[in-house]
Amino acid sequence: MKQFAYTIKDENGIHARPAGQLVQAAKAYQSEITITSGDKSASAKKLFALMGLGVKQGDSITVTAEGPDETEAAAGMEVFLQANL
Amino acid sequence: MKRIQGKGVCGAVTMGRLYFYRKDNDPISRKTVTDPEAEQQRFAKARQQAAKELEALHEKALREVGEIHAQIFEIHRMMLDDEDYCSSVSHIIDTQHVNAEYAVLRTSDTFSQMFETMTDEYMRARATDVVDISNRLIRCLKGDSDGRILSREPVILVAEDLTPSETVQLDKEKILAFLTLRGSENSHTAILARTMAIPAVVGLGKLDPEADGKTAIVDGFTGTVCIDPDEAAVAAYTRKKQEEEEKHRLWQSLRGKPNTTRDGRSIQLYANIGGLDDINAALQNDAGGIGLFRSEFLYLQNDHLPTEEEQFRAYREAAEKLAGKKVIIRTMDIGADKQTGYLKLPKEENPALGYRAIRICLTEPELFRTQLRALYRAGVYGDVSIMFPMITSPEELKRIREQIAIAQQELRTQEIPFREEMETGIMIETPAAAVISDILAPMVDFFSIGTNDLTQYTLAIDRQNPSLESFYQPHHEAVLRLIHQVIQNAHKAGIWAGICGELGADPTLTEQFLRMGVDELSVSPAQILPIRDKIRSMDLGS
Repeated sequence: MKQFAYTIKDENGIHARPAGQLVQAAKAYQSEITITSGDKSASAKKLFALMGLGVKQGDSITVTAEGPDETEAAAGMEVFLQANL
Repeated sequence: MKRIQGKGVCGAVTMGRLYFYRKDNDPISRKTVTDPEAEQQRFAKARQQAAKELEALHEKALREVGEIHAQIFEIHRMMLDDEDYCSSVSHIIDTQHVNAEYAVLRTSDTFSQMFETMTDEYMRARATDVVDISNRLIRCLKGDSDGRILSREPVILVAEDLTPSETVQLDKEKILAFLTLRGSENSHTAILARTMAIPAVVGLGKLDPEADGKTAIVDGFTGTVCIDPDEAAVAAYTRKKQEEEEKHRLWQSLRGKPNTTRDGRSIQLYANIGGLDDINAALQNDAGGIGLFRSEFLYLQNDHLPTEEEQFRAYREAAEKLAGKKVIIRTMDIGADKQTGYLKLPKEENPALGYRAIRICLTEPELFRTQLRALYRAGVYGDVSIMFPMITSPEELKRIREQIAIAQQELRTQEIPFREEMETGIMIETPAAAVISDILAPMVDFFSIGTNDLTQYTLAIDRQNPSLESFYQPHHEAVLRLIHQVIQNAHKAGIWAGICGELGADPTLTEQFLRMGVDELSVSPAQILPIRDKIRSMDLGS
C-alpha cells in the first residue's frame, strides 16, 4: 500500500471538471485508489462519490493506492494533483 | 418571405431563429417487467446513445463556443460512466423487476439529493447535472429526439402548446419569443410571455416544420409572424423596435415615482410572480411589493412534494429580497390545468370545477400544514402575507383557521421560530365568493380578485379552449359588476381589495377600477411602469 497526503490549492476544490480528469487519471491504473477527506473516503475512480466528498481549497486529503501497480499509481496521482488541484 | 397570422399576446417585437420544441411530457411510471435482462440491455443501449450525443455536442461546442463552455458535455459523459450511478440503475432493475426508465428516475433522485444536501453552493448546483443526464437517458430509452434548447443563441420557441410544468422547466434565457400553434390568449404560455415581457403569438394553427431554424420576425402587437423576412420587413421591424425602446426609456423614468392620479388618488402597484427568478424583474420595475406569489412552481418543478425546508427556503428568500416590502404568497393552486405527476390526482371530467387548490389542501391537511408552517416560519424574515385560492364559503375559511392554529401550535411545541400574526386574505375568483363577499370580508385582512378564473366561471367559458375565444368577453358587464361589488364589500368591512388577474393589467380598465375604489393592482413586472404611466396621466375629477 502506498499513501501520501496532499492539500488542495485549487480555489474551487475538487469540482466537477478536475474530478472528471482525476477519475480518468485514476482509471489508468489497476490499483484501488482511495481518497480520504476528513472522515469520508471515496474511490478515485468514481466521479459522483468523489464529488460527494465536497473537498474544498485548503482541505487536506490522503491518497491511498493498493494493488499491483500501486507505486506508479501513487506517483501518478501525486503528479496529477500537483498539476491540476 | 412568408407571413402567418395568430393572436398577439405581449406587446413587443423581436427577430431571431425559429426553434421547434418537441414535447415529451409523459410522466414516467413504474412498470413491472418479466424480463429484467432485456431492461438491462435497453439501459446499456441508451447509455451508448447518450454518450454518443454528448460527444457530438462536445465537439460542436468546442468548434462554436470554445473549450470552457464545451466542458460541461464532457463532464456529463463522465457522469454517465459513473460506476455507482450505473450499478444503482442495474440494481433497481434486477431487484424490483421494473422498467429501465423508472430505475433511472429513482437513481436520479438519489444522486441529485446527495448533491442538494451538500453545503457547498457549487456542488448543490450539480444536482441539475444529475437530472440532466438522467433525462437524457430516459429520452434515449423512450427513443425520442432531443427536445432541449441546444442552440447557444436565444431562439423563438415554437410549440404545439406548453403546459405550466414545461414552462417552468424552460431555459428562459434562451427564449426570445413564444409561438404556439394551439393555445389561447389566456393560456399559460401567454401569461409566461407577459411575465417575461417577451412577445408571443398563440393559436397559429399550423406551421410548416421546414421553417425550423429559419429567421423570423415576431410581432406581439399584431400577432403577425414573418418567416424569411425581406429587407422592407426587417426595416419596418427595426423602426418598431426603436419605438419600443424609446417607450421603455420613458417608463424607466417613472421608477421611484408614486402611483398617484393628477387629482391625488394613490393606489398600490404590486407584481405577480411565478418563482424566485421573477423577483429581480419585479424590483427592477419598481414594484411596491409582490401581490401574487404563485407557490405552484415549487410543486411543478419538482418530482416530489416540496418539503417544509424547501418551501421555507424559497419563501424566506423572497421575503428577504423584498426587504420589508409586502410579499403575498398564495397557497398552492394545483389541479385543473396545473397537474403534477407525483400527486396522482385522478382524471376528472371537469377539472376546472374539480379537485384543486384549497380543496386539495383541506382534504389533505398534512400537505396543507407543511406549506403553512413554511409560510409562518418565513414570516420572521419579512412582510409575508398568505392568500388562499378558490374560496367559496365561510366554512372553508373556518377550516383554514383550524389548520393554521394546529400548524402554529406544532411550531410552538417544537420551539421553531415563526410569526404569530400574519395578514391572511383570500382570492375572490369564484362567483360564489364574489356574491357573498360581504360575509367573507370581516373574516379576512384583504381580498385579491382573480379575474381569470372569475371570468371563466362567471361566463362559463373554458379559458384554455381557443374555439370559444369569440365568446370570451373579458370586459363583460357581469364580471365588472362583481368586481365593483367585491371592492365595496371590502371597504364596508374596513379591509383592502386588489385585483391580481390579467384584467388588472388591462390599461383600458385602469380608470374604471380606480373609480370603483380599488386599493391595489397586481400585474406582471413588465406592466408596472406602463400602468403607473396610465395612472399618473389620469384625472378622476375628485
